[in-house]
Amino acid sequence: MAGPAIALILVFVIAPFFLAVGFSFTNQRLVSPNPAEFIGLSNYRQLLGVGVLHLDPLTDAAGAVVLDEQGQPKLSELRKITRKNPDYPQFDGMREWFSWSSGEGRTYVLARDVVFMTAILNTFIFVLVVAPLQGGLALGLALLINQRLRGINVFRAIYFMPVVVSIVVVSLLWSFIYNQNEGILNNILSAISFGAIPRIDWLGNPSTALGAIIFMSVWQAVGFHMVIWLSGLQTISPTLYEAGAIEGASKWQTFRYITWPGLRNTAVLVLVVITMQAFGLFSQIDVMTKGGPLDSTQTIVFQAIQRGYGKQDISAGSAISVILFVIVLSVSLIQRYLTREKA
Amino acid sequence: MAGITLKGLKKSYGTAHVIKGVDIDIEDGEFVVFVGPSGCGKSTLLRMIAGLEDISAGELSIGGKVVNDLPPKDRGVAMVFQSYAIFPHMSVRENVGFGLTIAGASKAEKAEKVANAARILQMEHLLDRRPSQLSGGQRQRVAIGRAIVRNPQVFLFDEPLSNLDAALRMDMRLEIGKLHQQLGATMIYVTHDQVEAMTLADKIVVLKDGMVQQIGSPMELYHDPANLFVAGFLGSPAMNFLDVDVTAVNGSKVLVSNAALKPVEITAKVGGFSAGGKAKLGIRPQYLTPVDSGGMLQGRIALTERLGSETVVDLTLGDGTRLIAALARDAVFPIGADLGLTFDAAQAHIFPQ
Repeated sequence: MAGPAIALILVFVIAPFFLAVGFSFTNQRLVSPNPAEFIGLSNYRQLLGVGVLHLDPLTDAAGAVVLDEQGQPKLSELRKITRKNPDYPQFDGMREWFSWSSGEGRTYVLARDVVFMTAILNTFIFVLVVAPLQGGLALGLALLINQRLRGINVFRAIYFMPVVVSIVVVSLLWSFIYNQNEGILNNILSAISFGAIPRIDWLGNPSTALGAIIFMSVWQAVGFHMVIWLSGLQTISPTLYEAGAIEGASKWQTFRYITWPGLRNTAVLVLVVITMQAFGLFSQIDVMTKGGPLDSTQTIVFQAIQRGYGKQDISAGSAISVILFVIVLSVSLIQRYLTREKA
Repeated sequence: MAGITLKGLKKSYGTAHVIKGVDIDIEDGEFVVFVGPSGCGKSTLLRMIAGLEDISAGELSIGGKVVNDLPPKDRGVAMVFQSYAIFPHMSVRENVGFGLTIAGASKAEKAEKVANAARILQMEHLLDRRPSQLSGGQRQRVAIGRAIVRNPQVFLFDEPLSNLDAALRMDMRLEIGKLHQQLGATMIYVTHDQVEAMTLADKIVVLKDGMVQQIGSPMELYHDPANLFVAGFLGSPAMNFLDVDVTAVNGSKVLVSNAALKPVEITAKVGGFSAGGKAKLGIRPQYLTPVDSGGMLQGRIALTERLGSETVVDLTLGDGTRLIAALARDAVFPIGADLGLTFDAAQAHIFPQ
């Protein structure tokens, strides 16, 4: 009886998973006349290679620090170290990811694939901001909505509506909202500040683009998690609240001692679901910024798709997928450990 | 410690009137049981006293103070719920001390009061367990412990034993009675079980359709029921009612008879009888005794239940009425046989129809 289901799961879930793991160890192209070759961990090395390099200032023959035109200590050029320098084979092909001054010299963190590093960083920022914000907002909405008031279902429907609309449509609409000249957000901001707030190109500015996408993403899925919280709230027996009222619990104490402990399992579920969804951030990026401006909205999944299909480098795309899988798995395991039932 | 007064208390949900004007005086330290069939409003009345339901009209005072608009915590009441309402994520100790935690009591005070409550309820050994590790009776003990710790003026019990099995129910019933003696606090107890009402109460309030039917001590209600409902509600098996014709009225003495009943004079406790009218004659099954001949009632045995201590006989009278007789001691009555019964007229009740 389960035959067809097993077959479908095999073909569309299990097989692709193992294929992706397999491809990630080869140089398979999406379409290529040449047969794929096994290249070991090369894809991973290419993606994840990082190194730290400290450069001391150059000194002249007398041992004094050489200064450049601006009066800063002069360093040897980074390019000379990372471009086919036999003294530093480990840094070959790497680029500067970020750096800071240390002492008279400068310490560089180099990455073989700076864009992918940015993508990982952005994805983690997205997860770390979205998970608490979306979970907390959704809980707040659920608490507001979990009341017997006339017309409360209208509010439930309103909050849930963005969930039903396709994320692609939502992203398009928000692109209009964020537009620098015509966007409603800038219109509102300049109206309430009498023009004091300048018009911002929300999606075109590297310092605001990721924030804008985070804000929109939180808004879009908050209704979904609100419904999960709501179902959790409704499993808490009303007599517990009555007992609390008799004992004289304030609103905060009621939440602290009755509601929140009763939502334990729901909280774990919401946290895990938000985290996994957030790690999969792609559609918003694809529609709104394509990873730009200046790679400020690159994400792991966007990179995987771009490389796998855009650049036809399916093996690198597969390697990214496997890396994402390992990240999500470890995060989930950590979350499970931290939220385990303490006996 | 405080008495409670309910004056013209009413509760309506829109056009549905659930409590239709209830007046009850409860004295300090009294154990009062609200009893009645389901839907009679007894739980609603209790919840109104607790402050969990609004009062639509009337006046409720606890300890001489009108508390209509006070929140539950300011009424000095503690409540024990049918479903226990203990917090599943807290240990027994935390559950019992919950009210103190809320009130911000010191650790030492909490430990002392919790220990005291645990000693009274003999559950010291349970304090570190989780509610999921407790039996139903133990959970109810925790709920009662939580109430004791607050040292309330009034304890409210909302059908606290109906989720327990029969044997445990009897144990806990005795415990609650003992607790009342020990604490001396005013207690209001809601139940649909008349045995609990009879055994625990100083004063029983019988409710039906949101109205008080009768208030009195258990024995007053048993021996002098004010109306047909109270007469039929208290006592097990329930009182037999016979439709009878009134043949003569002489002061409070009413002479009644019917096709199956020989004329008998009953002392009426209420008026409203006239010769040639109809009435209901109530006889408790326990007050019927079998006689060999010359019985006041004659019936055919339809069913017998031998319980050892008594034998319950189900008879069909000549006019088709069913009559239950609970006869003392074990005896064999063949089904289908005729049986003559007599009763003490002084123990019979008559109600106008």
